[in-house]
Amino acid sequence: MTSLIGRNLLAGAEPDPAGDAGHRDHPPRMGFFTDTSVCIGCKACEVACKEWNAVPEDGLELTGMSYDNTQGLSADTWRHVAFIEQRKPVGNAEAGERGDLRWLMASDVCKHCTHAACLDVCPTGALFRTEFGTVVVQEDVCNGCGYCVPACPYGVIDQRKEDGRVWKCTLCYDRIGAGQEPACAKACPTDSIQYGPLDELRERAAARVETLHEIGVDDARLYGDDPDDGVGGDGAFFLLLDEPEVYGLPPDPVVTTRDLPAMWRHAGVAAAALLGGLAAVFAAHGRTGGRR
Amino acid sequence: MSTSDVTKQGIRGERPGRDARVGAGLRRRKRRGERPMVPDAEFTSYYGKPIINRPTWEARDIAGYFFLGGLAGAGSVLAAGAHFTGRPAAARALKISSTVAVAGSAAALIHDLGRPERFYNMLRVLRPTSPMSVGSWLLGAYGPAAGAAAVLDVTGLFPRLGRSATVGAALLGPALATYTAVLAANTAVPAWHDGYREMPFVFAGSALVAASGLALAAAPPAETAPVRTAALLGTAVETAAMTLMERRLGMVAEPYKKGRAGRLLRAAKVLSVAGAVGGAALGGRSRTAAVASGAALLAASACTRFGVFYAGLASADDPKYTVVPQRERMFSRRAPGSGEEGD
Repeated sequence: MTSLIGRNLLAGAEPDPAGDAGHRDHPPRMGFFTDTSVCIGCKACEVACKEWNAVPEDGLELTGMSYDNTQGLSADTWRHVAFIEQRKPVGNAEAGERGDLRWLMASDVCKHCTHAACLDVCPTGALFRTEFGTVVVQEDVCNGCGYCVPACPYGVIDQRKEDGRVWKCTLCYDRIGAGQEPACAKACPTDSIQYGPLDELRERAAARVETLHEIGVDDARLYGDDPDDGVGGDGAFFLLLDEPEVYGLPPDPVVTTRDLPAMWRHAGVAAAALLGGLAAVFAAHGRTGGRR
Repeated sequence: MSTSDVTKQGIRGERPGRDARVGAGLRRRKRRGERPMVPDAEFTSYYGKPIINRPTWEARDIAGYFFLGGLAGAGSVLAAGAHFTGRPAAARALKISSTVAVAGSAAALIHDLGRPERFYNMLRVLRPTSPMSVGSWLLGAYGPAAGAAAVLDVTGLFPRLGRSATVGAALLGPALATYTAVLAANTAVPAWHDGYREMPFVFAGSALVAASGLALAAAPPAETAPVRTAALLGTAVETAAMTLMERRLGMVAEPYKKGRAGRLLRAAKVLSVAGAVGGAALGGRSRTAAVASGAALLAASACTRFGVFYAGLASADDPKYTVVPQRERMFSRRAPGSGEEGD
């Protein structure tokens, strides 16, 4: 563990978040690489996640949003498969008679940020950094204050209304601790969801993008893989075939606590101004009986 | 680790899917070229769904807390000022109101928890990166000080201790009145986060408006001269900071002007100006005018807090406020000649 003194732990690259959180001799940082170019939209990940983690049912609706009736990540949906229909071909693939329709599918999940806003703002310490560098809620500590909910730049963590507490993906903390891969990755039939040491996944992802560019899929790009981005890189990152916002992801997320020192400074000045201003007002008016 | 391993000498370590040459096509057409550099100018989203999650907080609890915390915090400063300049009736009224307000604050905060019976977990850690954690400890220190100041004033017991409590509450009060701005700003909600520079001043001004309104309404006119000045000061600071914020934020400030938030904030402006000017002009002569001005000031502060709260909800619900500024930021970063990003 390197010293924490004099380092900016609120933003920027941070090579060893688990070590900085106090874990000694910890395993390598683990994560997901979700390669959406091979996702077939089967939703096995959604089902496996719900089954393994005993996540309750959260409404059965038909939305009309292509095949997406899940709608998004929530307290009761920790993997969400997005479906996007576009009039664009994928690379050089032949279009059918119906024209250039392409179908983008992507399985979204908690990003397990290097700089996790949810964890930073949690007032109870319920959210913590595991030895794998992931971010997990302790359900026996969370008191449902809800601060993490608007803090997350991706809109992942949310409150389960009937329960009061907040819930999100744990990267199957129980499974990975026992040397198993998370349920969603295990269930994924095309290996669109890949689990492993983050360093290894980043290498594999870079090679994959290169391959796709070579065969003419110019749209392929990585999302969340850069340790210098606004959240210090994601523990769960993606290969996308279009802009992030098409998939409902923020194009350039920044952890809110990056600006927190400046916020405290401004609040301090405002508080001092309030105190000083009123002292001046009372001084100007003097003791009772003074000018009206 | 994510390798197939079905075994019985069957598949092992095979990974056909992940290497699929998606998009290669049947015949290889050479279509090498540059990736499009200019992104689509129009704003896209996933079926119009919000990107960030809307706060789960109840307006009554949290906006109500912003109001009560401001009323209590600024009230303690006014109370100390009145106490030490020979305005005992005003001081007593403010000490009592601060105590009631801080008790109401704590009740609102606990009521808003998903698990109210676990409220004490707030004091499990002290975390400077969590304004809510800092605020919990602040309330824990301020509450007893404000309460002691009020009780010792009313009972007349231990006057020296009462003075210390009055001073203590006055020193912690401004922190209580302004930290709530950081609480709101330290989120991914664009209208709150991006306004972090001005928001503490909006909240400080609004807190002063509320507390001076209360004193104006509750204390005899002979003792409220400084309070009337304070009301003018608070109104001026709040209005100026709000205007500055709306100007600086550009499109992100839209939710402050539209819909329910816009209506509340416009009402706040009218009420605070009417209350402050009315109080300054007539509050020293007519008790009725003082009470009316005080009520207008209190209402103004409540409208400001609820307005800011609803503006945050509106900006969380529309993906536009998340995507467009982030796109612009990326674009200016990539554009040649421009240096680091702004915010």
